[in-house]
Amino acid sequence: MAEDRRLERDGGIAAAVQRTLARRYRAERRFRLFGMIAVAVGLLFLAVLFTAIVSKGYTAFQQTYVLLDVYVDPDVVHVGNLDSADYQGLIKTSLRELFPDVKGRRDKRNLYKLVSSGAGAVLRRMVLEDTSLIGRRLRIWVPADDDVDMVIKGHVDRTLPESQRRLDDQSLAWVEVLERQNRLEKKWNFTFFTAGDSREPELAGIWGATVGSFYTLMITLLLSFPLGAAAAIYLEEFAPRNRWTDVIEVNINNLAAVPSIVFGLLGLAVFLNFFGLPRSSPLVGGLVLTLMTLPTIIIAARAALQSVPPSIRDAALAVGASKMQTVFHHVLPLALPGMLTGTIIGMARALGETAPLLMVGMVAFIVDIPRGLTDAATVLPVQIYLWADSPERAFVEKTSAAIIVLLAFLIVMNAAAVFLRNRYERRW
Amino acid sequence: MKKVFYLLGIAALMGFSLVPDASARDYISIVGSSTVYPFSTVVAEQFGKTTSFKTPKVESTGSGGGLKLFCAGVGVEHPDITNASRAIKKSEIEMCVQNGVKEIVEVKIGYDGIVLANSKQAPAMKLSRRDIFLALAKEVPDPSGAEKTVPNPYKTWKDVNPQLPDVRIEVLGPPPTSGTRDAFLELAMEGGADTFGWIKGLKKKDKNLYKRIAHTIREDGAYIDAGENDNLIVQKLEANPNAVGIFGFSFLDQNTDKIQGAHVDGVEPTFENISSQKYPLSRPLFFYVKKAHVGTIPGIEEYIAEFTSEKAWGPEGYLADKGLIPLPDEERSRMREAARNLETLPVD
Repeated sequence: MAEDRRLERDGGIAAAVQRTLARRYRAERRFRLFGMIAVAVGLLFLAVLFTAIVSKGYTAFQQTYVLLDVYVDPDVVHVGNLDSADYQGLIKTSLRELFPDVKGRRDKRNLYKLVSSGAGAVLRRMVLEDTSLIGRRLRIWVPADDDVDMVIKGHVDRTLPESQRRLDDQSLAWVEVLERQNRLEKKWNFTFFTAGDSREPELAGIWGATVGSFYTLMITLLLSFPLGAAAAIYLEEFAPRNRWTDVIEVNINNLAAVPSIVFGLLGLAVFLNFFGLPRSSPLVGGLVLTLMTLPTIIIAARAALQSVPPSIRDAALAVGASKMQTVFHHVLPLALPGMLTGTIIGMARALGETAPLLMVGMVAFIVDIPRGLTDAATVLPVQIYLWADSPERAFVEKTSAAIIVLLAFLIVMNAAAVFLRNRYERRW
Repeated sequence: MKKVFYLLGIAALMGFSLVPDASARDYISIVGSSTVYPFSTVVAEQFGKTTSFKTPKVESTGSGGGLKLFCAGVGVEHPDITNASRAIKKSEIEMCVQNGVKEIVEVKIGYDGIVLANSKQAPAMKLSRRDIFLALAKEVPDPSGAEKTVPNPYKTWKDVNPQLPDVRIEVLGPPPTSGTRDAFLELAMEGGADTFGWIKGLKKKDKNLYKRIAHTIREDGAYIDAGENDNLIVQKLEANPNAVGIFGFSFLDQNTDKIQGAHVDGVEPTFENISSQKYPLSRPLFFYVKKAHVGTIPGIEEYIAEFTSEKAWGPEGYLADKGLIPLPDEERSRMREAARNLETLPVD
């Protein structure tokens, strides 16, 4: 009452609204500003992260190669020993020919270090493919050693005193001679995408880890999607609502928040020690990651099922469909895009996981590309972790490059999730 | 819809039929120390390239973790070789024997130096083990000379030793789980503590008190656990010229343009000084082979031969390029003989 009288005295409700209107607009503008700042800060951090990684890592997609004139000596390589001939020796001979005045054991050793210890393997592959090369003089590009690579890419300052560089003055002088003769060139680093791990940075690649990640995720997907979907459908559509289902629901939500290392310990105890499955294999890694992603998938799948309006179910039941037919013919097709989205996001998380894999022995140095589910394998994030811990300077850029590749995979997977949602998901 | 589920089911079945039985393993499985890992992996890679055997799998589990796995039993599910940055302990041998691992071949492969290094932008440090102990122990001997300890009062290096720079003590080092930390405590901290006569006397009288004094690192922020990643320590040292880092020699060797090693007791951490045992903070590195697996798992003897060949662990070998400090010539040839003959450790 008193309020009304006051309003009247001040010129009515309209005036009251007028008075507060500017303040309310200001409040809204302020809130919008805060929101935009929040988004901008997030984007800024993302940009900083990306530029830091890309600026450090893009150089790893190139590798310095040395042009050598190699004489495939028929005395060294012949039909009898194609597989095991001393190809590295041929490379060394050609280096000696390039620098004929290098004498003395120590100096020669130093000279041989200019090219990668994998140079012989390049030649071997060529000769095995085409034996007519034997007896001919070839001009081939072979990978340079990582120390040379670092100098060419400018990661090591050439003007520093000799004692402060990995490459001594003598080697640097050779590198400069090679540069003047145009025998050094940065080329696209195929090795990085086709090789397994190596302790020589110039020979190290991510293909082994990528294949390991693929096998591991395949196991995870094949087990966690059917299991997760079935569990979600049962709990959402068929299970009675009672204390037991409540307990199960609470547990599933809890499991989704359990730190991933715990699943690793569980995997160690159950899959390795009890079932005796092979250590370090994608099979075990996949099983562990299945345990980890199952709760996430179940929760996402249940949310997708819940979002299908009850009218769809009622309509199906009204025209005589059984409960089972209702679910599988009507509810599930509508919920599937949401379920798949949840699955892909769960997979993306599994792709980036290292902690549980540590426990089952997948954090390991593995050179050979895995060829099956029980071969020893490692995965992409583990490869990043191992390289980040290697003393050789050239692994710094390899680490960032591997991160770029992993990020690319994650972006593709998450983009697929967004695409699926936009394309197929229906809103009511 | 049905089709999708059938397809998934068939795919799952196919996936499992790919699984052969786990009883066969045709590659060597190696576990153990993260310090030996860089050397072990290089040998493994060379071995895989130059022989017809598969490349061994090398896991970095830490010395203690590796020996635990190694001693768990005999059989393909257990590793064949474990690397260690310290000798096997008596208790570990007992554990091994209990689980049926009775024949263990010990191979000493060389030395690793533990270096204290700082950024090149700052002057090089000249430390003694006594300085290191006084700067980093939680409890130090009373500066007045009384035979008791007080909580570490030193804030700057100058407080510790007037000849050192007037810079706040800030040391980045390995965490307690690391073998490097164990070796650092044993070599540097104990070495420094022993320069006080009465603390050295405690070793006999009250071993626990001695360990508490010599092995407890201060927790007031002067010593920072920097994690197992030594590259990270190098990066932090570069950013902070006042900090000192503790890590293995190979990281100093690879980053000589950024950091410099401190002299310890007047000796510079160089390849030659560590090899000749002049540098006080050096420790031997080992690997242990399960003899029962030789003959079952292909390639173990050949792996040992590769590791103990002159082109690998010799002074000119590829492991020296990676920062391993070789054994002296005489010890090396003796060790090679013992390793190739698979001489086992005495078990009682």
